[in-house]
Amino acid sequence: MNQQEGYADDIVKGFVIWSMVWGLVAVLVGVFISFQIAFPQLNFPPYLTYGRLRPIHTNAGIFGWGIGSFMAFFIYITQRLTRTSLWSPGLAKAQLWLFNVVIALAAVTLAMGMNRSKEYAELEWPVASLVVVLWVIFAVNIVMTIVKRREEQMYISLWYILATLVGVAVLYLVNNASIPVSLTKSYSAYAGANDANVQWWYGHNAVAMVLTTPPLAIFYYFLPKATGVPIYSHRMGVIAFWSLIFMYLWTGAHHLLWAPVPDWVQTLAMAFSVMLIAPSWAAVFNGYFSMNGQWHQMRENYLVKFLIFGITFYGLQTLQGPSQSIRTFSAFIHFTDWVPGHVHMGTLGWVSLVLFAAIYYTIPRLYHTEIYSVGLANVHFWLVLTGQLIFSITMWIAGVQQAAMLNATNPDGSLHYSFIETMVELYPYWHMRALGGVIYLAGLLVFLYNIYQTIAGAKTQAVAQRA
Amino acid sequence: MIEKKPIIFLLLATATILVGTIITMVLPFRWINDPKLAIASVKPYTPLQLEGRDIYIREGCNNCHTQTVRPLLSDTERYGEYSKSGEFVYDQPFLWGSRRNGPDLARIGGKYPDAWHVKHMKDPRAMVPRSNMPSYDFLNRPLDTSLSEKKMKALKFPYTPADIQALQGKSEMDAIIAYMQKVGNDIPWRKTGKTEVLGELKNPFQDNMSVLPEGQKLYAEHCAQCHGIELKGEVGPDLRDMDQPDSKVFATIYSGIAAGGMPAFGDTLGKERTWKVVTYLKSVHKH
Repeated sequence: MNQQEGYADDIVKGFVIWSMVWGLVAVLVGVFISFQIAFPQLNFPPYLTYGRLRPIHTNAGIFGWGIGSFMAFFIYITQRLTRTSLWSPGLAKAQLWLFNVVIALAAVTLAMGMNRSKEYAELEWPVASLVVVLWVIFAVNIVMTIVKRREEQMYISLWYILATLVGVAVLYLVNNASIPVSLTKSYSAYAGANDANVQWWYGHNAVAMVLTTPPLAIFYYFLPKATGVPIYSHRMGVIAFWSLIFMYLWTGAHHLLWAPVPDWVQTLAMAFSVMLIAPSWAAVFNGYFSMNGQWHQMRENYLVKFLIFGITFYGLQTLQGPSQSIRTFSAFIHFTDWVPGHVHMGTLGWVSLVLFAAIYYTIPRLYHTEIYSVGLANVHFWLVLTGQLIFSITMWIAGVQQAAMLNATNPDGSLHYSFIETMVELYPYWHMRALGGVIYLAGLLVFLYNIYQTIAGAKTQAVAQRA
Repeated sequence: MIEKKPIIFLLLATATILVGTIITMVLPFRWINDPKLAIASVKPYTPLQLEGRDIYIREGCNNCHTQTVRPLLSDTERYGEYSKSGEFVYDQPFLWGSRRNGPDLARIGGKYPDAWHVKHMKDPRAMVPRSNMPSYDFLNRPLDTSLSEKKMKALKFPYTPADIQALQGKSEMDAIIAYMQKVGNDIPWRKTGKTEVLGELKNPFQDNMSVLPEGQKLYAEHCAQCHGIELKGEVGPDLRDMDQPDSKVFATIYSGIAAGGMPAFGDTLGKERTWKVVTYLKSVHKH
C-alpha cells in the first residue's frame, strides 16, 4: 500500500533502526554510569569517567534515540496527513547519513573531553554546526511537504511538528553562540548569570520542544490509529497547543530558583510552570476521553497499553514538575536525586513508551508483515515499566532523605550532618537504581529482539514469495 | 483558518514562542551583569587558572559539583556566603551545575591547602572515606599550553608575557588546583562571615573520659584526613602533646584559620561536638 502511494518509507525504516541503535547505546551507558556512582572503582580515567560519560548518556538519549525516532515519525506522519510524498527523498537520505555521523562524532568528542559544559548543548562548535545543517535539511523537507500537501486541513500532529521545527532552531542557535578558540575548544558567548539564564531557557525548552511537542505529535497520530476511534476534542487540542507553546518559554528559570538571577525572572518562571498544568492536562484528558467506551482495549491491544501508560506518565510528570518549580519545594529537593527520578519518569515513562508504540505500529506495516510476538511485546512492556518505576521511586525517596538530612540542625542551630554523611546514606538507593536500570535494559533487549525478528521474518517471506 | 495556511501558522507559532523568550531571556540582559552590581575585588582568571577551569570543564566536574550557594541555611552554613551574580562576570560558560553528587564548590577557594587537593585528586577515598569521586591522578601530566595565550585573548582577559612564561613546566594538576583556590575566594567572605564564639569558652567535658570514644570518632571523620589518624600530622601539623589551652583549640576548630588553610568546623560540628573533639585531642600524647 505504502509504496503504491509513493511515500518515502525506506528512509523511515532507516531512522527507526538507527534511533533504536542509539537508544541502546544511551541505556547501556546509563546503566554503566549508574554503577559508577555506586561503585567508583568502575571509573577508568581519562575516557571512561562519570564526568565524561554522563553527557554521552544524555546526548545519545535525547538526540540519538529521541530526535532520531522523531525524524522517522515526522516523515512518516507528515506524508500520511498531507497525503503527499516527501518533498525530497534524496535530501532525507543525506539527512540520515548526517544524523549518524553527528551522533557518532558527538560520542567520540565527548569521550575525548571536548565539551562546552552546558547541559544538553555540550557539543563543540564544529559538531554543533553540523547539527544546525542537519536540522535545516530536515525542517525544509517537512515544511515543503506540508506546503505542497493534498489534504487542506492540517491535523493537530502537524501543528506540533511545525512548532518543534521552529522551536528547536531558535533554542539551539541562541544557546550555542560561542567564541571559538580552536577546532576543539570554544567559550560561551555569554557570561555568568546571563549564561545561566540563557542555558536554562534552552534547557527547559529542550524539554518542551524535544521531549513534549514531538511525542505529542506522535501520540495524537498513533492513538486514533491504534484504537480506531478519533481524538475526543479537536477544540481542546487547539487551546492546549497554543497555550502550551506560549507558556513553556517563560519557565526556564525554575532551574535557577535561589540562584543569583533576578527575582522577577524566577517568580515568572514559577508562575508559568504552575499554569502549564492546564495545557499539559488538556492533552492527558484528550487521551483519556478518546478511550471512552474503548477501555477494554487496554487488555486486548498492547499498543493502547503503551500509549495510555505513556500519556499517564506525561500527566504525572506535568504535576510533579510544576510542584518542583515552587520556591519552597525547590529549596528542599533541588540538587538531590529527586530530580533524576523526575527526569527519568518523563524520558523512560512518557517519551519512550509512546515511541515504542509508534515503532510497534509502523514496523510491521512498513515491512508488510505482522509483529513477531505480541507476548514478547507484553514482556517488554512490564520490564520497562518495572525498571522505570524502581528507578524513579528510589530516587524520589533518596532525594527526600538526603534533603531532610542536609536540612537537619542541632539544638544550637548548627548543621547535624556533614555533606559526606548525607551522601554515604545514598549507596543502597544507588544500588536499587542500578538494578532498575538493568531491568529496563532487559526490557529494551526484548523489544529489539522482537523488532529484529519481525524485520527478518518479513525479509524471508519476501524471498519466499519471489521464489 | 490558520490550520489551512502552514506558513502563516509557522509565523504565528514563532511569534508565540518569542514572547516568553524575549521577556524572560532577552530582556534580563539589560539588568544582569549591570556594572552597578560589579564587585571590584572579583578578578578575571590568570592563564594558569583559566587552563585549570578548562580542565574542570573537560572532565565534566560540573556533572557532580554545583557552584552556587543559595541563600538558605543548609547551604550557607555548609558552604559559606551565598553566591552573588557579580562574582560570575568572567565565567564563560557559567558552571553552576544542576546536581550535587558531591558537595558544592562555590566557596572551595582557600578552604584547603594545595597539598590537600593533590592528595584528594589522587585518591579521593584516602581523604574522604566512602566518597564516590573518581581518581584524577592522571592530571599529573604536563599542561598543554599551546592555546593559553589565544584563550586569554578570546576572553579579553589581561595578562603579561611573564604569565604565559610561568606556565612552562606546570602540570594539569597545578592548573586545576590554581583554579580551585580561586573559586569563590575573590570576596573576603571568610573574614567578614567568620563565625564568632560569644561568651566564656569553658570546656564542659574537661576530664570527662566518657566522651573520648565519640571525640575520637568525630576526629576520624573530620580531622584525620589532614592530621593523620594517629595525630602525627600530614597536610596539617602534628597534634600530639598540644600545649594550647582548651579554649584556643576550640576557637581554631570552630572558626578555622583563614590564612593557614584550616577550614572552620563550627557549622558542621556545632559547639558540643567541637568540645568533644577538643577533649579527645588533649588526651592524646606521644608516649
